[in-house]
Amino acid sequence: MLLQTAVSAASQAHPLSGTIAEWVWLLPILPLAGFVINGLLSLAGAHFGPTDPTAAEHEHHSEGAADASAISHAGHGADGDDQHAVKRHRWAGVVSVVGPGVLILSFLLALGIWQAMASAQPAAPFIQRYFSWMPVGDLHIDAAFQLDQLSMLMILVITGVGALIHVFSVGYMRDDPGYPRYFSYLNLFVFFMLVLVLGANYPVLFVGWEGVGLCSYLLIGFWFNDKANADAGKKAFIVNRIGDFGLLVAMFMLFANIGVLDFIGVSAKALDLGAGSALVTTICLFMFLGCTGKSAQIPLYIWLPDAMAGPTPVSALIHAATMVTAGVYLIARSSFLFSLSPVASLTVAVVGAVTAIFAATIGLKQWDIKKVLAYSTISQLGYMFVGVGVGAYVSGMFHLVTHAFFKALLFLGSGSVIHAMHAAYHRTHSNEDAQDMRNMGGLRRYLPVTCVLMWIATLAISGIPPLSGFMSKDEILGSVFARAQGSTLASATWLGIPGSTLLYIIYAIGLAAAFLTAVYMTRMMLYTFHGPARTGTEEEEALHEAPWIMTGPLVVLGILTVFGGWLNLPEVITGIIPLGPRELLAHWLDPVVGDATTRIAAGAAQVPASTEQALIGAAVVIAVAGIVFAMTRLKPDRLPRKRDAVPEHGFEGVVAHKYYVDEGIERTIVEPTYAVSRSFLWRVIDNGLIDGFFVNGSAALARGLGWVGSRLQTGNVGIYAWVLVVGVLVMLGAFTLR
Amino acid sequence: MLAESLALTAALFVIGVIGVLIHRNAIIIFMCVELMLTAVNLTFVAFSRFYGTAGQVFVVFVMTVSAAEAAVGLAIIIAIFRHRQTIDLKDINLLKG
Repeated sequence: MLLQTAVSAASQAHPLSGTIAEWVWLLPILPLAGFVINGLLSLAGAHFGPTDPTAAEHEHHSEGAADASAISHAGHGADGDDQHAVKRHRWAGVVSVVGPGVLILSFLLALGIWQAMASAQPAAPFIQRYFSWMPVGDLHIDAAFQLDQLSMLMILVITGVGALIHVFSVGYMRDDPGYPRYFSYLNLFVFFMLVLVLGANYPVLFVGWEGVGLCSYLLIGFWFNDKANADAGKKAFIVNRIGDFGLLVAMFMLFANIGVLDFIGVSAKALDLGAGSALVTTICLFMFLGCTGKSAQIPLYIWLPDAMAGPTPVSALIHAATMVTAGVYLIARSSFLFSLSPVASLTVAVVGAVTAIFAATIGLKQWDIKKVLAYSTISQLGYMFVGVGVGAYVSGMFHLVTHAFFKALLFLGSGSVIHAMHAAYHRTHSNEDAQDMRNMGGLRRYLPVTCVLMWIATLAISGIPPLSGFMSKDEILGSVFARAQGSTLASATWLGIPGSTLLYIIYAIGLAAAFLTAVYMTRMMLYTFHGPARTGTEEEEALHEAPWIMTGPLVVLGILTVFGGWLNLPEVITGIIPLGPRELLAHWLDPVVGDATTRIAAGAAQVPASTEQALIGAAVVIAVAGIVFAMTRLKPDRLPRKRDAVPEHGFEGVVAHKYYVDEGIERTIVEPTYAVSRSFLWRVIDNGLIDGFFVNGSAALARGLGWVGSRLQTGNVGIYAWVLVVGVLVMLGAFTLR
Repeated sequence: MLAESLALTAALFVIGVIGVLIHRNAIIIFMCVELMLTAVNLTFVAFSRFYGTAGQVFVVFVMTVSAAEAAVGLAIIIAIFRHRQTIDLKDINLLKG
């Protein structure tokens, strides 16, 4: 194929050349092919296939109660998640094979490449140049892929977790009329995500970065018939554009100052920017602005909770496991820049920590099961940024991976819950909210598998050993503590605060957020699966466990959630209990982020093992305390149903309203923008200047000139003769007098 | 000798122009135009006396064209008269904008 042939001469000597890694281009091409096939099938027409049995049953019902069912349709649609299947798409069977199939193939290929890489142990990244993309003056940008340990890790997460979520989607979305469209978007997303992590330079990364944003927009507004969903999509898109502006500016500044944009070139010339200089700090901060948009950090986190309007597997794949972690990936990828700027690194860590605790508090008072998980995701992303911010790039990436496991599990589990709840309300044509925890309760009796798996994920995210979340979260907190003891960050100052003090504060915030995480996750589990059923007696009969195609991926993710921590067992644990080889991930990522980590940690004294053990003990105690606190203080027995609920007051009300951030932004940014647009841009600029002056003005000018010209045409030959003679005389006079 | 000839033709030409400008009767204007043409012809002849015979050739051309023009012009004037019972140009302004 075209792409295959153009292997650059430079990569010939690389240990991976000639291996299966040469096929890296196929990784994104497979999902792209899936996108094309599913997209064409989607265009091939809906509503002609065999009738869905439940839909037929529904139609039968609705003959008698047409009005009630219409209300039920509208009600469920407004609540965001499930839409009713009218008829299954005629190509649903093909799509069910192609959609997940391309992902599974991609994952198998990724495994092959991973094995080749594991045996070759390349020290330098494997670059595949396909063609010259932008050769303009001094700017030379190739369409090139870079395969190294960091991108390999991301590829495995994206294709692996992605494949599981695709399989789950088959069960979750099969009856949706837009099923092929759903899978084509999902496949396109994976394509762009792989381009993002495979890109060998910032522009290629940016293509993927924008592409995943596009797919996120398309999938959030997947059920665009409902204006709220379409608005949520637009909100995500617009907020992300603000961040993308930052990333663009960072790229422009990089090019203007060092003239290259590929990762190898930038890392080689990064020192020319000057360690700790204002320039490198500015570049890093602009880049971080891009990360705050994509990864939903303060101040640009507001789009992620609204993004829950999309189908639940989308929330699992895009808004928990992969796309939102792109910012973390970008910082790890740009570690050669961030490690040069302690100020920017500290900013990343501070923003991450503040986001972690801020989102965790909001998560305490949410009732929508997906909103809890959304704020939890924002909070956990904050942890990752704390990790990469303090220069513990391995810890940040480790948490990214484990979070992908347990948060995908939680989201898919909530999908399974919503699936059951929705089916129940569908049965009774109820207008209740299928995603509100106040309408759930006692679901463990009907969804035992989901319940057990979600508890595992909850314990993992809370930080209970030896689950994966414990390992990764603890490593981040440990790194913060170690950096506070001595590093380039500790000796720097941030807005006048000594770095060391700041890092201790971040550590404390991290512990507090860990406590809150345990509380809100336990709260979610208690209200969803325990206590009395608030669903309604008639609905209870319809509650059921999801089919195997949905529970299967959940089980796999559950296993990964339990054993994900083995990826990077810390020395302090293997020193006590020999669980397995220690710090696999750290060794794996060392060729990519090792230098940057060493640079930041310069001058750090080794934290004594006893201190580390004490820290781990404290973290576990806090996690357990959070769970116990939630178990003892929350009373699922007394929880009223949604329709009986009274609004919260005081501080609880403020938290339940998400600190009125959305309202504040509405007042301070959206409404003034509207006002300025309406009164000035529309009335003055558009109506007055453009329409009034330029468009109508030029028409009036032409008409006026025409009127003057027509007055000159008197039809009287004598006057024409006079004009002619005078004209001749003027010309002659002009020539004579010249 | 040339100067006197040119003075005469210039005078004739200006008389023709003035005639075109101040008269309203189409026939008189027509005759003034012919006077201007004649003045030009005289100029050609005068120059050909000093610079070769090309001027005389031009005169033949001009007379030919002016004969054709007179035929067409008079025909138009007759047509206008038949239509409107006048050849006063003040009253003929169909091309008024």
